[in-house]
Amino acid sequence: MDAVLVVAGAAVGAPLRYTAGHYLDGRFPLGTLLVNVVGAFLLGLFAGLTLDGHLMALLGTGFCGALTTYSALTVKSVELGRVTGTAYALGTVLLALGAAQAGFVLA
Amino acid sequence: MTKPPQPLFLLAAAVGGALGALARWGVDTTWPAGTGFPWGTLTINVTGSFLLALLPAFAVVRRHAVLPVLLGTGLLGGWTTLSTYANQSRALLAHGSSDLAFSYMAATLIACVLAVRLAHVWSSPASQAEFEAEEGNE
Repeated sequence: MDAVLVVAGAAVGAPLRYTAGHYLDGRFPLGTLLVNVVGAFLLGLFAGLTLDGHLMALLGTGFCGALTTYSALTVKSVELGRVTGTAYALGTVLLALGAAQAGFVLA
Repeated sequence: MTKPPQPLFLLAAAVGGALGALARWGVDTTWPAGTGFPWGTLTINVTGSFLLALLPAFAVVRRHAVLPVLLGTGLLGGWTTLSTYANQSRALLAHGSSDLAFSYMAATLIACVLAVRLAHVWSSPASQAEFEAEEGNE
């Protein structure tokens, strides 16, 4: 049951991330940054709301997990070069941590 | 004005993302994170970063425009996760394990960047740029 919910959530989250990247990732990957921070915020919110197992599988593991990406973050950071790339990676990680905390507190 | 994404590419992102997330869920349920160091998610993010950076090395992936989106943005994007990483760090900080939280955050980031640099050895910057332009890294 949970496996189906994870698939359903991810089948929405991943194409949303693709769409954000399609429109907003230019020389600076703003779309990837945006989905990563929003996904971290939402997962913090869901954790704060202590969603039950099924809802967490759908919205947390599935949707938020697939909306966000670590692999694209690191590949883009490397491709941006030393200074911009380091700033992009650290900026994303710190903003995501802050967003997760904000979501958790807000719940 | 950017053209809207093509339905086939959205479908590829959805299918790949669903499979990647399902595999990640399998790891999460087999090795639950608990309250210690989140080794499972670290392994997922490092392997996903390595494989994403390795994809441009395969000519077949660059020959079919939908494959970068299916395998890169979809499968490996769905496999790796920043939301879980951020929330595991938040939870570790909340439990007073700030050393663990910061070492987890730093270890993931450093290991993933090293994995990408290693994988890039097998492809040219031109192939990597082509893969990026084909939206494999979204």
